[in-house]
Amino acid sequence: MEALAKLLNANGLLVAFAVVGLMMWTSYFISKRLTFGRIHGSAIAILMGLALAFVGGVQTGGQKGMADLPMLGGMGLMGGAMLRDFAIVATAFEVDVVLAKRAGLIGAIALGLGTLLPFVLGVGVAMAFGYHDAISLTTLGAGAVTYIVGPVTGAALGADSAVIALSIATGVFKAVLVMVGTPFVAKLIGLDNPRSAMVFGGLMGTVSGVSGGLAATDRRLVPYGALTATFHTGIGCLVAPSIFYLIVKALMGN
Amino acid sequence: MTISGVALLAICTLLGNYLGDLLGIALGVKANVGGVGLAMILLISARIWLVKSGLFSHGLKMGVELWGSLYIPIVVAMAATQNVVAAVKAGPLVLIAGTGSIILCFSAVALISRIGPKGETMDEIEAREAHERDALAAAKGA
Repeated sequence: MEALAKLLNANGLLVAFAVVGLMMWTSYFISKRLTFGRIHGSAIAILMGLALAFVGGVQTGGQKGMADLPMLGGMGLMGGAMLRDFAIVATAFEVDVVLAKRAGLIGAIALGLGTLLPFVLGVGVAMAFGYHDAISLTTLGAGAVTYIVGPVTGAALGADSAVIALSIATGVFKAVLVMVGTPFVAKLIGLDNPRSAMVFGGLMGTVSGVSGGLAATDRRLVPYGALTATFHTGIGCLVAPSIFYLIVKALMGN
Repeated sequence: MTISGVALLAICTLLGNYLGDLLGIALGVKANVGGVGLAMILLISARIWLVKSGLFSHGLKMGVELWGSLYIPIVVAMAATQNVVAAVKAGPLVLIAGTGSIILCFSAVALISRIGPKGETMDEIEAREAHERDALAAAKGA
Protein backbone atom coordinates (compact mmCIF):
# COMPACT_ATOMS: atom_id res chain seq x y z
CA MET A 1 0.00 0.00 0.00
CA GLU A 2 2.82 2.35 0.92
CA ALA A 3 4.63 1.38 -2.27
CA LEU A 4 1.52 2.19 -4.32
CA ALA A 5 1.10 5.59 -2.67
CA LYS A 6 4.74 6.36 -3.39
CA LEU A 7 4.35 5.34 -7.03
CA LEU A 8 1.20 7.46 -7.51
CA ASN A 9 2.82 10.46 -5.84
CA ALA A 10 5.90 10.18 -8.04
CA ASN A 11 3.80 9.98 -11.23
CA GLY A 12 1.24 12.70 -10.56
CA LEU A 13 0.62 13.73 -14.17
CA LEU A 14 0.04 10.11 -15.27
CA VAL A 15 -2.45 9.62 -12.42
CA ALA A 16 -4.24 12.77 -13.62
CA PHE A 17 -4.41 11.45 -17.21
CA ALA A 18 -5.89 8.17 -15.92
CA VAL A 19 -8.43 9.84 -13.61
CA VAL A 20 -9.58 12.37 -16.21
CA GLY A 21 -9.77 9.60 -18.82
CA LEU A 22 -12.07 7.60 -16.55
CA MET A 23 -14.19 10.71 -15.92
CA MET A 24 -14.49 11.36 -19.67
CA TRP A 25 -15.40 7.76 -20.38
CA THR A 26 -18.07 7.73 -17.65
CA SER A 27 -19.47 11.06 -18.88
CA TYR A 28 -19.77 9.95 -22.49
CA PHE A 29 -21.46 6.77 -21.28
CA ILE A 30 -23.96 8.83 -19.24
CA SER A 31 -24.48 11.19 -22.18
CA LYS A 32 -25.26 8.33 -24.57
CA ARG A 33 -27.29 6.07 -22.30
CA LEU A 34 -29.06 8.39 -19.88
CA THR A 35 -29.57 11.60 -21.87
CA PHE A 36 -29.62 9.99 -25.34
CA GLY A 37 -27.00 12.43 -26.58
CA ARG A 38 -29.05 15.45 -25.63
CA ILE A 39 -26.41 16.70 -23.18
CA HIS A 40 -22.92 16.46 -24.65
CA GLY A 41 -20.47 14.19 -22.83
CA SER A 42 -17.93 16.98 -22.45
CA ALA A 43 -20.41 19.15 -20.54
CA ILE A 44 -21.17 16.27 -18.16
CA ALA A 45 -17.43 15.71 -17.67
CA ILE A 46 -16.85 19.38 -16.81
CA LEU A 47 -19.78 19.37 -14.38
CA MET A 48 -18.34 16.22 -12.83
CA GLY A 49 -14.99 17.99 -12.53
CA LEU A 50 -16.59 20.95 -10.74
CA ALA A 51 -18.48 18.56 -8.44
CA LEU A 52 -15.27 16.68 -7.55
CA ALA A 53 -13.50 19.99 -6.97
CA PHE A 54 -16.27 20.81 -4.50
CA VAL A 55 -15.76 17.47 -2.72
CA GLY A 56 -12.00 18.03 -2.68
CA GLY A 57 -12.43 21.52 -1.28
CA VAL A 58 -14.79 20.38 1.48
CA GLN A 59 -12.54 17.44 2.41
CA THR A 60 -9.26 19.32 2.58
CA GLY A 61 -10.35 22.89 3.19
CA GLY A 62 -7.92 23.88 0.45
CA GLN A 63 -8.40 26.13 -2.56
CA LYS A 64 -7.27 23.89 -5.40
CA GLY A 65 -10.17 21.44 -5.54
CA MET A 66 -9.09 17.87 -6.29
CA ALA A 67 -5.43 18.88 -6.55
CA ASP A 68 -5.38 19.27 -2.76
CA LEU A 69 -6.16 15.58 -2.26
CA PRO A 70 -3.06 13.44 -1.73
CA MET A 71 -1.99 11.58 -4.89
CA LEU A 72 -4.05 13.88 -7.11
CA GLY A 73 -1.59 16.77 -7.15
CA GLY A 74 -0.96 16.00 -10.83
CA MET A 75 -4.41 17.37 -11.65
CA GLY A 76 -2.98 20.80 -10.95
CA LEU A 77 -0.32 20.33 -13.61
CA MET A 78 -2.74 18.85 -16.17
CA GLY A 79 -5.32 21.59 -15.64
CA GLY A 80 -2.75 24.32 -15.14
CA ALA A 81 -2.12 27.33 -17.35
CA MET A 82 0.74 25.77 -19.35
CA LEU A 83 -1.05 22.73 -20.78
CA ARG A 84 -4.34 24.63 -21.06
CA ASP A 85 -2.87 27.34 -23.29
CA PHE A 86 -0.99 24.68 -25.26
CA ALA A 87 -4.15 22.68 -26.01
CA ILE A 88 -6.34 25.69 -26.81
CA VAL A 89 -3.81 27.10 -29.27
CA ALA A 90 -3.70 23.66 -30.94
CA THR A 91 -7.44 23.78 -31.71
CA ALA A 92 -6.79 26.76 -34.04
CA PHE A 93 -5.11 24.26 -36.38
CA GLU A 94 -8.51 22.91 -37.39
CA VAL A 95 -9.85 26.27 -38.58
CA ASP A 96 -10.34 26.21 -42.34
CA VAL A 97 -9.68 29.74 -43.57
CA VAL A 98 -11.46 29.18 -46.92
CA LEU A 99 -14.60 27.86 -45.23
CA ALA A 100 -14.42 30.65 -42.67
CA LYS A 101 -14.46 33.30 -45.38
CA ARG A 102 -17.66 31.75 -46.72
CA ALA A 103 -19.41 32.51 -43.42
CA GLY A 104 -18.78 36.12 -44.38
CA LEU A 105 -20.03 39.32 -42.85
CA ILE A 106 -23.07 37.85 -41.14
CA GLY A 107 -20.86 35.35 -39.31
CA ALA A 108 -18.54 38.17 -38.23
CA ILE A 109 -21.45 40.24 -36.92
CA ALA A 110 -22.78 37.22 -35.04
CA LEU A 111 -19.33 36.57 -33.55
CA GLY A 112 -18.95 40.17 -32.44
CA LEU A 113 -22.38 40.26 -30.81
CA GLY A 114 -21.91 36.77 -29.38
CA THR A 115 -18.85 38.02 -27.50
CA LEU A 116 -20.13 41.46 -26.53
CA LEU A 117 -23.72 40.69 -25.38
CA PRO A 118 -22.92 37.91 -22.85
CA PHE A 119 -19.90 39.86 -21.60
CA VAL A 120 -21.90 43.00 -20.87
CA LEU A 121 -24.64 40.95 -19.22
CA GLY A 122 -22.10 38.96 -17.16
CA VAL A 123 -20.41 42.14 -15.95
CA GLY A 124 -23.81 43.64 -15.09
CA VAL A 125 -24.88 40.59 -13.05
CA ALA A 126 -21.48 40.46 -11.32
CA MET A 127 -21.86 44.12 -10.34
CA ALA A 128 -25.33 43.43 -8.99
CA PHE A 129 -23.74 40.72 -6.84
CA GLY A 130 -21.29 43.16 -5.34
CA TYR A 131 -18.12 42.73 -7.42
CA HIS A 132 -16.49 46.07 -8.13
CA ASP A 133 -12.89 45.39 -9.10
CA ALA A 134 -12.12 45.39 -12.82
CA ILE A 135 -10.30 42.01 -12.75
CA SER A 136 -13.21 40.07 -11.17
CA LEU A 137 -15.80 41.84 -13.33
CA THR A 138 -13.89 41.11 -16.55
CA THR A 139 -13.36 37.46 -15.55
CA LEU A 140 -17.05 36.93 -14.70
CA GLY A 141 -18.15 38.72 -17.89
CA ALA A 142 -15.78 36.51 -19.88
CA GLY A 143 -17.26 33.43 -18.16
CA ALA A 144 -20.66 34.37 -19.59
CA VAL A 145 -19.02 34.22 -23.06
CA THR A 146 -17.72 30.63 -22.70
CA TYR A 147 -16.25 28.44 -19.98
CA ILE A 148 -12.85 28.69 -21.70
CA VAL A 149 -12.74 32.46 -22.15
CA GLY A 150 -13.56 32.94 -18.44
CA PRO A 151 -10.60 31.06 -16.92
CA VAL A 152 -8.17 32.13 -19.67
CA THR A 153 -9.08 35.76 -18.95
CA GLY A 154 -8.99 35.23 -15.20
CA ALA A 155 -5.57 33.56 -15.35
CA ALA A 156 -4.18 36.29 -17.60
CA LEU A 157 -5.42 39.03 -15.28
CA GLY A 158 -4.53 37.22 -12.06
CA ALA A 159 -8.09 36.83 -10.76
CA ASP A 160 -9.00 35.05 -7.52
CA SER A 161 -9.52 31.26 -7.88
CA ALA A 162 -13.07 31.52 -6.52
CA VAL A 163 -13.91 34.08 -9.20
CA ILE A 164 -12.38 31.83 -11.88
CA ALA A 165 -14.46 28.89 -10.59
CA LEU A 166 -17.59 31.06 -10.81
CA SER A 167 -16.76 32.07 -14.37
CA ILE A 168 -16.29 28.42 -15.39
CA ALA A 169 -19.56 27.44 -13.71
CA THR A 170 -21.40 30.25 -15.56
CA GLY A 171 -19.95 29.16 -18.91
CA VAL A 172 -20.75 25.49 -18.30
CA PHE A 173 -24.28 26.29 -17.20
CA LYS A 174 -24.70 28.33 -20.40
CA ALA A 175 -23.33 25.47 -22.54
CA VAL A 176 -25.72 22.98 -20.93
CA LEU A 177 -28.66 25.35 -21.47
CA VAL A 178 -27.69 25.72 -25.15
CA MET A 179 -27.49 21.94 -25.58
CA VAL A 180 -30.80 21.23 -23.91
CA GLY A 181 -32.71 24.32 -25.04
CA THR A 182 -31.80 24.55 -28.73
CA PRO A 183 -34.15 21.85 -30.06
CA PHE A 184 -37.06 23.54 -28.31
CA VAL A 185 -36.46 27.05 -29.69
CA ALA A 186 -35.08 25.98 -33.11
CA LYS A 187 -38.33 26.69 -34.99
CA LEU A 188 -38.92 29.96 -33.17
CA ILE A 189 -35.51 31.39 -34.07
CA GLY A 190 -35.51 30.11 -37.67
CA LEU A 191 -32.81 27.50 -37.18
CA ASP A 192 -33.34 25.35 -40.28
CA ASN A 193 -30.69 26.49 -42.78
CA PRO A 194 -26.85 26.69 -42.94
CA ARG A 195 -26.86 30.48 -42.78
CA SER A 196 -28.83 30.69 -39.53
CA ALA A 197 -26.74 27.81 -38.16
CA MET A 198 -23.59 29.89 -38.74
CA VAL A 199 -25.24 32.88 -37.05
CA PHE A 200 -26.23 30.57 -34.18
CA GLY A 201 -22.67 29.20 -33.83
CA GLY A 202 -21.20 32.70 -33.74
CA LEU A 203 -23.64 33.98 -31.14
CA MET A 204 -23.74 30.98 -28.81
CA GLY A 205 -20.03 30.34 -28.91
CA THR A 206 -19.33 27.21 -26.87
CA VAL A 207 -18.39 24.52 -29.40
CA SER A 208 -19.74 21.73 -27.20
CA GLY A 209 -22.98 23.63 -26.58
CA VAL A 210 -23.44 24.48 -30.24
CA SER A 211 -22.56 21.04 -31.62
CA GLY A 212 -24.65 19.30 -28.95
CA GLY A 213 -27.62 21.62 -29.47
CA LEU A 214 -27.51 21.45 -33.27
CA ALA A 215 -27.02 17.67 -33.24
CA ALA A 216 -30.21 17.35 -31.22
CA THR A 217 -32.00 19.73 -33.65
CA ASP A 218 -30.73 18.62 -37.07
CA ARG A 219 -27.44 16.76 -37.49
CA ARG A 220 -26.83 18.29 -40.93
CA LEU A 221 -26.47 21.76 -39.39
CA VAL A 222 -23.60 20.81 -37.03
CA PRO A 223 -20.58 21.66 -39.27
CA TYR A 224 -21.97 25.11 -40.10
CA GLY A 225 -22.56 26.02 -36.47
CA ALA A 226 -19.22 24.57 -35.34
CA LEU A 227 -17.44 26.58 -38.05
CA THR A 228 -18.30 29.96 -36.56
CA ALA A 229 -18.25 28.66 -32.98
CA THR A 230 -14.59 27.62 -33.31
CA PHE A 231 -13.67 31.30 -33.78
CA HIS A 232 -15.69 32.32 -30.78
CA THR A 233 -13.30 31.09 -28.07
CA GLY A 234 -10.26 32.50 -29.88
CA ILE A 235 -11.83 35.91 -30.30
CA GLY A 236 -13.02 35.88 -26.69
CA CYS A 237 -9.53 34.96 -25.44
CA LEU A 238 -8.10 37.77 -27.57
CA VAL A 239 -10.46 40.62 -26.64
CA ALA A 240 -11.63 39.79 -23.08
CA PRO A 241 -8.27 40.12 -21.27
CA SER A 242 -7.24 43.05 -23.48
CA ILE A 243 -9.76 45.52 -24.93
CA PHE A 244 -12.68 44.51 -22.70
CA TYR A 245 -10.51 44.58 -19.56
CA LEU A 246 -9.18 48.04 -20.41
CA ILE A 247 -12.72 49.34 -21.00
CA VAL A 248 -14.02 47.85 -17.74
CA LYS A 249 -10.97 49.21 -15.91
CA ALA A 250 -11.54 52.70 -17.35
CA LEU A 251 -15.26 52.60 -16.47
CA MET A 252 -14.68 51.36 -12.93
CA GLY A 253 -11.84 53.79 -12.35
CA ASN A 254 -9.61 51.26 -10.56
CA MET B 1 7.97 13.84 -37.55
CA THR B 2 5.45 14.18 -34.76
CA ILE B 3 7.83 16.24 -32.63
CA SER B 4 7.94 18.93 -35.33
CA GLY B 5 4.22 19.53 -34.79
CA VAL B 6 4.57 19.60 -31.02
CA ALA B 7 7.57 21.94 -31.36
CA LEU B 8 5.72 24.26 -33.76
CA LEU B 9 2.83 24.43 -31.32
CA ALA B 10 5.18 25.12 -28.42
CA ILE B 11 6.99 27.87 -30.33
CA CYS B 12 3.69 29.53 -31.33
CA THR B 13 2.33 29.31 -27.76
CA LEU B 14 5.52 30.71 -26.21
CA LEU B 15 5.87 33.46 -28.81
CA GLY B 16 2.17 34.38 -28.52
CA ASN B 17 2.40 34.60 -24.74
CA TYR B 18 5.61 36.66 -24.98
CA LEU B 19 3.93 39.08 -27.41
CA GLY B 20 0.93 39.17 -25.04
CA ASP B 21 3.23 40.08 -22.13
CA LEU B 22 4.93 42.79 -24.20
CA LEU B 23 1.53 44.16 -25.24
CA GLY B 24 0.50 44.19 -21.57
CA ILE B 25 3.60 46.18 -20.63
CA ALA B 26 3.05 48.57 -23.55
CA LEU B 27 -0.55 49.16 -22.43
CA GLY B 28 0.47 49.59 -18.81
CA VAL B 29 -1.50 46.54 -17.62
CA LYS B 30 0.05 44.02 -15.26
CA ALA B 31 -1.29 41.15 -17.36
CA ASN B 32 -0.86 39.09 -20.47
CA VAL B 33 -2.96 40.74 -23.17
CA GLY B 34 -4.47 38.28 -25.66
CA GLY B 35 -1.47 35.93 -25.68
CA VAL B 36 -3.53 32.82 -26.48
CA GLY B 37 -5.37 34.57 -29.33
CA LEU B 38 -2.08 35.86 -30.77
CA ALA B 39 -0.59 32.35 -30.54
CA MET B 40 -3.61 30.98 -32.46
CA ILE B 41 -3.10 33.56 -35.20
CA LEU B 42 0.60 32.61 -35.38
CA LEU B 43 -0.29 28.91 -35.66
CA ILE B 44 -2.88 29.49 -38.42
CA SER B 45 -0.36 31.64 -40.34
CA ALA B 46 2.34 28.99 -39.86
CA ARG B 47 0.05 26.30 -41.23
CA ILE B 48 -0.83 28.36 -44.31
CA TRP B 49 2.87 29.07 -44.92
CA LEU B 50 3.86 25.40 -44.44
CA VAL B 51 1.17 24.19 -46.86
CA LYS B 52 2.23 26.78 -49.47
CA SER B 53 5.90 25.87 -49.25
CA GLY B 54 5.21 22.12 -49.31
CA LEU B 55 6.67 21.48 -45.86
CA PHE B 56 3.38 20.34 -44.32
CA SER B 57 3.64 16.68 -43.25
CA HIS B 58 1.35 14.12 -41.69
CA GLY B 59 3.56 13.83 -38.61
CA LEU B 60 3.50 17.57 -38.07
CA LYS B 61 -0.28 17.59 -38.29
CA MET B 62 -0.50 14.69 -35.80
CA GLY B 63 1.74 16.46 -33.30
CA VAL B 64 -0.53 19.50 -33.19
CA GLU B 65 -3.84 17.66 -33.40
CA LEU B 66 -2.98 15.35 -30.50
CA TRP B 67 -2.93 18.39 -28.21
CA GLY B 68 -6.00 19.92 -29.82
CA SER B 69 -7.94 16.72 -29.12
CA LEU B 70 -6.82 16.79 -25.47
CA TYR B 71 -8.32 20.18 -24.88
CA ILE B 72 -11.62 19.04 -23.37
CA PRO B 73 -9.91 16.62 -20.90
CA ILE B 74 -7.53 19.42 -19.90
CA VAL B 75 -10.51 21.73 -19.32
CA VAL B 76 -12.05 18.96 -17.17
CA ALA B 77 -8.86 18.81 -15.10
CA MET B 78 -8.92 22.60 -14.85
CA ALA B 79 -12.54 22.53 -13.64
CA ALA B 80 -11.59 19.86 -11.07
CA THR B 81 -8.89 22.08 -9.56
CA GLN B 82 -10.90 25.27 -9.04
CA ASN B 83 -12.06 26.70 -5.74
CA VAL B 84 -15.65 25.53 -6.25
CA VAL B 85 -16.53 25.67 -2.55
CA ALA B 86 -16.10 29.45 -2.64
CA ALA B 87 -18.01 29.70 -5.94
CA VAL B 88 -21.01 27.77 -4.63
CA LYS B 89 -21.49 30.40 -1.93
CA ALA B 90 -22.21 32.92 -4.71
CA GLY B 91 -24.59 30.45 -6.47
CA PRO B 92 -27.40 32.64 -7.90
CA LEU B 93 -24.90 34.68 -9.94
CA VAL B 94 -24.20 31.61 -12.10
CA LEU B 95 -27.89 30.94 -12.74
CA ILE B 96 -28.76 34.54 -13.58
CA ALA B 97 -25.73 35.26 -15.78
CA GLY B 98 -26.07 31.91 -17.60
CA THR B 99 -29.81 32.10 -18.23
CA GLY B 100 -29.72 35.79 -19.12
CA SER B 101 -26.96 35.44 -21.67
CA ILE B 102 -28.61 32.59 -23.54
CA ILE B 103 -31.99 34.36 -23.68
CA LEU B 104 -30.18 37.40 -25.10
CA CYS B 105 -28.28 35.27 -27.64
CA PHE B 106 -31.30 33.22 -28.77
CA SER B 107 -33.15 36.50 -29.44
CA ALA B 108 -30.19 37.86 -31.40
CA VAL B 109 -30.09 34.68 -33.54
CA ALA B 110 -33.78 35.12 -34.31
CA LEU B 111 -33.21 38.76 -35.34
CA ILE B 112 -30.00 38.35 -37.36
CA SER B 113 -31.03 35.25 -39.27
CA ARG B 114 -34.08 37.20 -40.47
CA ILE B 115 -31.91 40.01 -41.92
CA GLY B 116 -31.45 39.73 -45.68
CA PRO B 117 -32.69 37.00 -48.00
CA LYS B 118 -33.72 33.78 -46.34
CA GLY B 119 -31.24 30.98 -47.06
CA GLU B 120 -32.24 27.59 -48.40
CA THR B 121 -33.24 25.19 -45.65
CA MET B 122 -31.40 21.85 -45.31
CA ASP B 123 -34.48 20.07 -46.73
CA GLU B 124 -34.51 22.36 -49.77
CA ILE B 125 -30.77 21.90 -50.36
CA GLU B 126 -31.08 18.11 -50.21
CA ALA B 127 -34.12 18.16 -52.52
CA ARG B 128 -32.26 20.37 -55.04
CA GLU B 129 -29.14 18.18 -54.90
CA ALA B 130 -31.20 15.02 -55.41
CA HIS B 131 -32.93 16.71 -58.35
CA GLU B 132 -29.57 17.71 -59.87
CA ARG B 133 -28.26 14.15 -59.48
CA ASP B 134 -31.36 12.77 -61.19
CA ALA B 135 -31.01 15.28 -64.03
CA LEU B 136 -27.33 14.36 -64.43
CA ALA B 137 -28.14 10.64 -64.47
CA ALA B 138 -30.89 11.24 -67.03
CA ALA B 139 -28.52 13.28 -69.21
CA LYS B 140 -25.90 10.51 -69.06
CA GLY B 141 -28.50 7.89 -69.92
CA ALA B 142 -29.76 9.86 -72.92
